[in-house]
Amino acid sequence: MFIEYIKVFAVGGLICAIAQVLIDKTAMTGARILVSFVVAGVVLTGFGWYDKLVDFATSGATVPIVGFGYTLATETKAAVDETGLLGALTGGLTGTAAGITAAVVFAFIWSLIFKSKQK
Amino acid sequence: MNSDYKKYVEDRAKRSPCILNTLKAFVVGGLICCIGKAFTDFYSYLGMEKDASQTVSTVTLIFLAGLLTGIGWFRKMGKFSGAGTLVPITGFSNAITSPAIENKTEGLIYGTCAKMFVIAGPVIVFGTLASSIYGVIYYIVEKVM
Repeated sequence: MFIEYIKVFAVGGLICAIAQVLIDKTAMTGARILVSFVVAGVVLTGFGWYDKLVDFATSGATVPIVGFGYTLATETKAAVDETGLLGALTGGLTGTAAGITAAVVFAFIWSLIFKSKQK
Repeated sequence: MNSDYKKYVEDRAKRSPCILNTLKAFVVGGLICCIGKAFTDFYSYLGMEKDASQTVSTVTLIFLAGLLTGIGWFRKMGKFSGAGTLVPITGFSNAITSPAIENKTEGLIYGTCAKMFVIAGPVIVFGTLASSIYGVIYYIVEKVM
């Protein structure tokens, strides 16, 4: 079990380290990093490469935002298998619904509770 | 000579933070993924299915990152770890919660709700766009050809 966590730590850390190098060296903003990492996740999953990383590192590959792209792509594929071309429109958001909905609902609640700390 | 020295100092200053920043991002990012794994294992232990435990673990991280954003800790952590907190799903949660709180004063509709998607919007647009294109290509390659 310990070995599992080492793999999670190494792969997850490495993905974040790549992003940090991009931020420092290319002046990419956080938003651009998030967008390109999600798209990278979809593309890498499309080629069947990211699945292998997920098998190897589980949460190390799924917790980074690249994993969001991975879920979008795998669920789209499953939906196309099930319903044909319609799946290209339904799969992605269906698969990521819990994450997006949770983020929106919680953010709304937090915004009612907390005040801005920025002066 | 003075300018040479200045250049040398600037070079050093530019290089060493990059290595240090990367190391910090690596450690914090790795730890957050391990926390995610720990939640997944915990929910599996409680008897959830594999997929469900992973989803609930993601939701838990989103919840906690939003809470830490609200109490102002996330900003401090983010300053330290950079991409280490940005790239895990915690960064997505922060990107929604932070502008929602910061723009409260502009009202519920145009402040909180509209600004929520300032960063998450592009992420969702490009993500769904890419996955739809992938779906069409997959359909053509697998079902038509």
